[in-house]
Amino acid sequence: MSKSDLEKRTVMSPDGEPIEINPLQDYFCDARPKVHEPVLPIFEKFLNWARSESLWVLGFGTGCGAIEMRPLMTPRFDAYRFGIQWRPTPRQSSVFIISGYLSVKTLKRVIRSYEQMQNPKFVIALGSCTINGGMYWDSYNTIKRLDHYLPVDVYIAGCMPRPEAILAGFEKLKELIREGKGEGANLYAQNFDWYKANQKKIIKDWDMPDYNW
Amino acid sequence: MNTPLDNIRTVFPNADVWTQRQGLYHMSIPKEQLVALVTHLKEVEGYLHLVQLTAVDWIEKNLFQLTYILNNPIKKIDVMVKTFIPRDNPTMETIHHLWEQAATYQRELREMFGINFPGSPRVDKPFILEGWDDIPPYRRDFDTKKYAEETYFPRPGRETNDPKEYMKKKLYPDEI
Repeated sequence: MSKSDLEKRTVMSPDGEPIEINPLQDYFCDARPKVHEPVLPIFEKFLNWARSESLWVLGFGTGCGAIEMRPLMTPRFDAYRFGIQWRPTPRQSSVFIISGYLSVKTLKRVIRSYEQMQNPKFVIALGSCTINGGMYWDSYNTIKRLDHYLPVDVYIAGCMPRPEAILAGFEKLKELIREGKGEGANLYAQNFDWYKANQKKIIKDWDMPDYNW
Repeated sequence: MNTPLDNIRTVFPNADVWTQRQGLYHMSIPKEQLVALVTHLKEVEGYLHLVQLTAVDWIEKNLFQLTYILNNPIKKIDVMVKTFIPRDNPTMETIHHLWEQAATYQRELREMFGINFPGSPRVDKPFILEGWDDIPPYRRDFDTKKYAEETYFPRPGRETNDPKEYMKKKLYPDEI
């Protein structure tokens, strides 16, 4: 899709009638995200256990850290035994691994993918680049702090972290979810304006709807 | 010295040709004759491969240096063709009619150095910097560190504890 596809235009219907379309309003949802209140505590506890045992990861390698996720799928580390598997589309995933540095151009795609994921969703930030910029601390095009743009549940420090460290990070995420602390999606909905202001501060050609699931 | 580039000196008297080592030669030429020289190298001398097109910012001389690295795959010779263009309102002739991939290099130079190549395909489309509104970031008067600190929310450094003081506080809190 190119930018011109998002502009207002008049198209001809199959019956030969001209129709005016505004893709940003007609094709995307612009409703704000809502906070999902927990249900009965005992039921929520069961749900959280179920969520923690079935983490589906979005297969989107944003930076060099994506190379460390490949060994996790192999028999040596075998993340599948922990109930972790990789999915091709954000609609089917619950965990977003930001693997390493994020350029501004990638951040735009990351935000779109994150917003298309279904609740509850969790973010694992991999490597020191997502914490304070890492070796890209003075780069003109790489963000320094991921938690200003997306709510992060678990940070895995290192450059790059070994697959064992990533497995430990998944275990930590499972713990957090079981304790009911995996509230990233609600945090995003609560502080929506703050996150959007930060995102729009650096993404200067904002040509997508504010919320596009 | 007899080099494979001797007839360049006769065809282009303005070109300044020198040898770095066997198989690597440099030449410098005024901006107006550069496309003619590159065309001659490709069509007559057999330099069929454009290895790279890049720029250097000579801010002290107020010049941009453009370097075209060409390779002769049969004779195994590299040639670096250099030209200087003024730093204010820099414009250069495009060479995408000789090598199609030059359009990508030219698009990148347009974005990173602000050097314009009129007529090059999609040269004005953003390459990796979408919606960039500052001066081009590879120019030397662009302060990357200052820009990054102003834009990307730097994280304050962590607090460090002197081990001696820390253990004193921990073990003998009453004595402090």
